[in-house]
Amino acid sequence: MKKALILSTALTAVAFSAAAEQITVMSWGGAYTTSQVEAFHKPFTAETGIGVVSVDADNPATPLKAMVEANNVSVDVVDVNTSDAVRLCDEGQLEEIDPAMLPPAPDGTPATEDFLPGALSECAVGNIVYSMIVAYDESKFPDEKPQTIADFFDTSKFPGKRAMWKSAKTTLEMALMGDGVPAAEVYDVLDTQEGVERAFAKLASIKGDLIWWEAGAQPVQLLADGEVAMTTAYNGRIFAAAVSENKPFVPIWDGQVYEYDLFVIPKGAPNLEAAKKFVAFATGTQPLADQAKWISYGPARKSSAPLVGLYQDGQTEMAPHMPTAEANLTNALPSSYEFWVDHDTELEERFNAWLAN
Amino acid sequence: MADATTDLAAPTPGRLTTADGRPLKAALGRAQSRARRRAFLLVLPLLLFIVITFIVPIGQMLHRSIHNDGFSRNMPQLSQWFADTEPGTEPDEVAYAALAADLKGAAEAKTIGIVGTRVNYEMPGTRSLFTSTGRKARGFEPPYREAVLEADPKWGNPSLWGTMRQVSRAYSPNFFLASVDLARDNEGNIVRAPQERRVYVMLFQRTFLIAGLITVLCLLLGFPIAHLLATLPLRTSNLLMILVLLPFWTSLLVRTTSWIVLLQGQGVVNNSLVATGLISDANRIQMIYNQTGTIIAMTHILLPFMILPLYSVMRPIPPSYVRAARSLGASSWTAFRRIYLPQTLPGIGAGALLVFILGVGYYITPALVGGASGQLISNLIAFHMQDSLNWSLAAALAAVLLAAVLILYWLYDRLVGIDNLKLG
Repeated sequence: MKKALILSTALTAVAFSAAAEQITVMSWGGAYTTSQVEAFHKPFTAETGIGVVSVDADNPATPLKAMVEANNVSVDVVDVNTSDAVRLCDEGQLEEIDPAMLPPAPDGTPATEDFLPGALSECAVGNIVYSMIVAYDESKFPDEKPQTIADFFDTSKFPGKRAMWKSAKTTLEMALMGDGVPAAEVYDVLDTQEGVERAFAKLASIKGDLIWWEAGAQPVQLLADGEVAMTTAYNGRIFAAAVSENKPFVPIWDGQVYEYDLFVIPKGAPNLEAAKKFVAFATGTQPLADQAKWISYGPARKSSAPLVGLYQDGQTEMAPHMPTAEANLTNALPSSYEFWVDHDTELEERFNAWLAN
Repeated sequence: MADATTDLAAPTPGRLTTADGRPLKAALGRAQSRARRRAFLLVLPLLLFIVITFIVPIGQMLHRSIHNDGFSRNMPQLSQWFADTEPGTEPDEVAYAALAADLKGAAEAKTIGIVGTRVNYEMPGTRSLFTSTGRKARGFEPPYREAVLEADPKWGNPSLWGTMRQVSRAYSPNFFLASVDLARDNEGNIVRAPQERRVYVMLFQRTFLIAGLITVLCLLLGFPIAHLLATLPLRTSNLLMILVLLPFWTSLLVRTTSWIVLLQGQGVVNNSLVATGLISDANRIQMIYNQTGTIIAMTHILLPFMILPLYSVMRPIPPSYVRAARSLGASSWTAFRRIYLPQTLPGIGAGALLVFILGVGYYITPALVGGASGQLISNLIAFHMQDSLNWSLAAALAAVLLAAVLILYWLYDRLVGIDNLKLG
């Protein structure tokens, strides 16, 4: 009797898992994961019957590497940024993705031409353009409002605490732009010893007023608590807080640093075929455009841009809130993964030393 | 059967035997060894558990701190050339041929990034040299020296070859050197790391200093509380004990974030101070995102680890000893110092050791409330585990920390004696 019970339980379990195929997608959490669940996961399950489990990480590239190295991969699709995608691909930790499997644009343009430059690589398919921007609390500056990245570093003109991402990446670039280096020259300057000194000197000028955040949700909280007057943050988080929670947060697009987020499939993913299906589905023209309904990140496909409409509240026009909107690109820096794959060890180490001393 | 009966009927005189005729000593030995085996079987699961979850991972971690075969495994021919030649040998055509072949092989096997990352740890800025040359390596033809240098003239840099020689051996002390702010130059001499990159020694010092300070604070705060709990009637003290245990049972994250709510610039403490007029709105006290925040939050979180061992030692101390001392003329201070305090030493030792060792390894609390000045060495270990993914350096840092704690433990054993420890 007992044996029969165990046997039947085991069989049911096997049968159940065979019937309900599902994949696990790892992403960055918060409003961003919500946008992916709404625009990608739910329609994907509706169309294919494959369930999608969503898990979050501060930076999904880290657990991905740990999983592949330990030979114990439990996720199928992972959302990472460009430099991590390139690095992990070079280290043989990702499955290659053939762009031929991606659907063409509605007008028949093949995927290789439809994606923005740099959004497709050997192992990765871009989904959004996101950006690190400066945002401030309007109520803290009743008279003159900060306008530029230089104002972020000017605590005498715009008093109040500041918060920045605890990482050399984007922080050093913004420091240089705050010091008057035009976006186009930032990486040339940062490639020299004097440039690095200059960036750290700029940061040092407001070190006493700086708070460092680590997770993407923190800067919004710091602004909301009144703990800081200005912060760097991912533009989508600021948009979500400003529009859906009516916070008086204003983005400054001057000096923004933008880059892609991409889907990758780790080597040894338990459900490889379903994972490929998911990537092809989610990076289609319509799902990418739909995602903008939930968060203000720009789609990585050209054909998606005209389809971007209103925010989920039904009244906010999304296009001007995108990092890629024409008006927001006047002094904007595309993050250079070539620079960061070479210099991240050195500069992050130095950043940590500078921070601790 | 017949024999046994005879034996039973007529035991050999002068030799003790059991009922079935075996010598008592042998039978006893057998019974005992069976009991020992059974006892061993009972502890076997725990032993396996400790080996699998504790000894093996720590061993692996220690191994990783001196072993990184990212270069040697994926660049076998060039590593062989380094092994065959003297340090300082000029790279010849043979070396460049080996380099070209290895670059091609690693690019095809998609391991070129691992090689580049390994060299990049020692010589920043070289990672893309490997990946970009690897992409061109398929077309290399002899003479290889010209071909490689044409692909990128940086390959002619002697310090690059010096670095590659260092990393061509899987076993290397470099990560341990890096973890105490040292490095090896091209000739293999040990030198100090450049000023702007020295951070670990300072963080080790800060970690031990802060952990020591927190231990002292916990002792000062915990001792009177433990004494109160130990001397009150059981019913009252049990009630108060719940107040000590309740935060102990609460999630660490909840307690840490509550401190943020209390201490931040717009937090409860600052707001009350401003409301009562003690400080002005412009001069709110910065109590969090710095060392002060780390110390306050960690002291609160670690306090129960001090109170509980102290309480368990103080409870059985009879109050009559101190009363006797007082009746014999000792002042209250003398009675405390000479009679009561010595009896609580095992509890102080256990509590201090627990708080200190936990404090040295703390990482979530400083990460959340420490800002820049409240970061401890464990935060850098986490950084190398999670962000830079330089696990060898993380392992070396962890090993140095472990060694330092073991030395302190040994010192404690020599000075106080580990037998004097009472954990509860």
